[in-house]
Amino acid sequence: MLHFDRWKVILILAIAACGVIFALPNLFSAKSLENLPDWIPHKQINLGLDLQGGAHLLYEMDQKELVQDWLKTIRGDVRDALRQERIGYRGLAMSPANRTVQVRIRDLEKVPDALKKIRQINESVGGSVFTGAAGNTLNVTDRGEGVIALEITDQGLQHRISAAIEASIETVRRRIDAFGTTEPTIQRQGIDRILVQVPGIDDVARLKQMVGKTGKLEFKLVDPSTTCQEAKDSGRTPPGTEIIESGDGFSSCYLVQSRAMVTGENLVDSQPGFDQQTNEPVVSFRFDTAGGRRFGRVTQTNVGRPFAIILDEKVISAPVIREPILGGSGQISGRFSVQEANDLAVLLRSGALPANLTIIEERTVGASLGADSIAAGEFAGLIGIVFVVAFILFSYGLFGVFANIALAVNIALIIGTLSLLQATLTLPGIAGIVLTIGMAVDANVLIFERIREEARAGKSAIASIDSGYSRAIGTILDANITTFIAAIILFWLGSGPIRGFAVTLSVGIVTSVFTAYTVTRLMVAQWVRMRRPSSVPL
Amino acid sequence: MKGIRLVPDKTSIRFVRYGKLSLIVSGLAMLASIVLFFVLDLNYGIDFRGGTLIELRDKGGEADIGALRVKIGKLGLGEVQIQEFGGPSDVLIRIEQQPGGEGKQQRAIAAIKGALGDTVDYRRVEVVGPTVSGELKTSGAIAVFVAMFAVLLYIWFRFEWQFSVGAVAALVHDVTLTIGIFCGLQLEFSLSIIAAILTIVGYSLNDTVVVYDRVRENLRKYKKMALPELLDLSINETLARTILTSVTTLIALGSLYILGGEVIRGFTFAMIWGVLVGTYSSIFIAAPLLLRLGVRRDWSGLGGAKVKDPSQNKEKSPPGGPVERPMPGE
Repeated sequence: MLHFDRWKVILILAIAACGVIFALPNLFSAKSLENLPDWIPHKQINLGLDLQGGAHLLYEMDQKELVQDWLKTIRGDVRDALRQERIGYRGLAMSPANRTVQVRIRDLEKVPDALKKIRQINESVGGSVFTGAAGNTLNVTDRGEGVIALEITDQGLQHRISAAIEASIETVRRRIDAFGTTEPTIQRQGIDRILVQVPGIDDVARLKQMVGKTGKLEFKLVDPSTTCQEAKDSGRTPPGTEIIESGDGFSSCYLVQSRAMVTGENLVDSQPGFDQQTNEPVVSFRFDTAGGRRFGRVTQTNVGRPFAIILDEKVISAPVIREPILGGSGQISGRFSVQEANDLAVLLRSGALPANLTIIEERTVGASLGADSIAAGEFAGLIGIVFVVAFILFSYGLFGVFANIALAVNIALIIGTLSLLQATLTLPGIAGIVLTIGMAVDANVLIFERIREEARAGKSAIASIDSGYSRAIGTILDANITTFIAAIILFWLGSGPIRGFAVTLSVGIVTSVFTAYTVTRLMVAQWVRMRRPSSVPL
Repeated sequence: MKGIRLVPDKTSIRFVRYGKLSLIVSGLAMLASIVLFFVLDLNYGIDFRGGTLIELRDKGGEADIGALRVKIGKLGLGEVQIQEFGGPSDVLIRIEQQPGGEGKQQRAIAAIKGALGDTVDYRRVEVVGPTVSGELKTSGAIAVFVAMFAVLLYIWFRFEWQFSVGAVAALVHDVTLTIGIFCGLQLEFSLSIIAAILTIVGYSLNDTVVVYDRVRENLRKYKKMALPELLDLSINETLARTILTSVTTLIALGSLYILGGEVIRGFTFAMIWGVLVGTYSSIFIAAPLLLRLGVRRDWSGLGGAKVKDPSQNKEKSPPGGPVERPMPGE
């Protein structure tokens, strides 16, 4: 037990040195780190959101809305298909609860034709949205008496949600990139969730506003036949029109034509800018060719009439068409502040979300609290270490010195490993390190107590040290593996800060067993060789 | 340079003699914990109950909690708790889960921010919606049970079933008492407390395993010693280690509890309690239980009689005290 092969000695020292080298960058500030020579590792421990401040937002996609929108499309497709074939029908209706669109064919003899045509919708839906053999997105059945039902299959819904989430992640990423913060995390969680983590952000309200907005842009003509207030009072809107609430400050609502002139899907670019005459912040936009042509046509025939620019079912501006807008570009002015114009431009540029995202979990920590937590954690850790070191010294004398040196190596190894793995250090993680420091000595205590016992049983110094080590190792492993199991389960089921705790705890267990069993033993062996002790100073 | 003995070299405390008493006391304590759990229930934090938590610091120095209460009371957000948090300028506001689904939770924050404006600095905002709180509750409970089960398997694999049952009984004891004290003192039970409990599971086991390891070793060594004496001997032999490790861990945790800040105080409290209870249980619960469960005596070969009732085992074994015992062969 006290003999070390040369290569083992070198390996142990090398590991300890690696720990120190990899832990080293954490002693420097990010700035002075840049000035260090290249051969020194530059990776610092990743601080969790609870330590560096930032926002953790978990969004869930509104499945109902997604299904509703999809059913609307299917209903439209069925209508088009039947009209094209000149098949008479009635009662074309959708039922979101059953995820079904249903239609009754008037002429029973035409049912087979209708079925054939409607089945093609299924294929076209399957083929256009999803690549490959995902044809069964719809379940088309003949329910008798001319009734045909199209039901969204589970598989189809899953695919749809997947696609929508992927698209949303891209959209959200474009929006968050506009903030210019470092390393935001945007990832899918489970089936219909997106986790957004933005370190170091101050204006969380703005972040939430940017991410959560659907961003659906529509241009609709204002209906001149009556005012929206009158329509509201009478409870009836003229056919083909709808009432939309307004936030433009001129009118509380507008009566607009249901059919949009152009939508945000035709937008290719939008930029914030300033109006050349009034100098107020505006958002300028550009349509694609099709959108530009359509916008031009509608404005040409409606000069002098107002149209509404609608974002997420709310009018943001309702300008009057002074002249045909033929160039395919225009600007929105809506009494914006510079930042509002900026955010709107980003929102329009990034495209609309396929469905609404709702926050189901939010954890935001201000930078000041994070800094306080680090300071408190570091201070508490330091004091804890000082007391533990003193206590060990007091209890074990010379061997306590060995144990304390091993403890220092242990701390360096933990910090070095965490930096190397780029693991995230959280506040509970700091607690994990401090706890490990308390427990790290355990392995040494087990060994030293065993050596004491062996010495008391009358063995020589060297024999007691030797058998102390060989007998304690089994216990040390058993005792630490159980804690390790708990840490693994914690990592597996935990999230965020808790996971950080599990990581430091498990890293700490491994390094403390290593240091106690090798580093301390190496020192003890060296001491034995130099001093040839006749009794154990324990 | 010699160390100083915190625990004397040769202790021969007859722990097992108190086995009955400690089992009764612990049984009562567990019963009390269960009663507390059903009468008072845990004071679930927003992680498990859903709702909103806002920690803020008054920019103008001392926060006026009374004024805050009036301002926030007008918002109609249901049950709202406002308390000082760590210092005179820091305030913690807890708002109950708003009815009407996930989206409504965000409105509570908007309302608070609207009412308080720029006079305060929002240091922390946590919102947990109904879906997530339900999930966290489930996964937390699963974590604790899975951990216990995994540990049961490990001990079973490494020892004998009696040890496994004893260790897990000690664990159940520790976890129950931890939940009991959280019910009794109505301390906030949050996600990090689950982490603390799992760590306690690991720590308490650590202690128990060390004692059990020695029991197993002594079972092989002293084939004729009566089980109560053997258990006492094992506990006494490991006593110095048990106490020393507990002390160093408690030093580290105590420092965190006092200096580590308000955010992790509950977490460290649970851990300190767990270390105390865990140390107690490995000596006074895990070991006496071995006696009651009956442990296979003959570890040298196959089979062997089990000792169900220690009083039947009248074989005289050497009195406790390491020097007088026969030296085992190297």
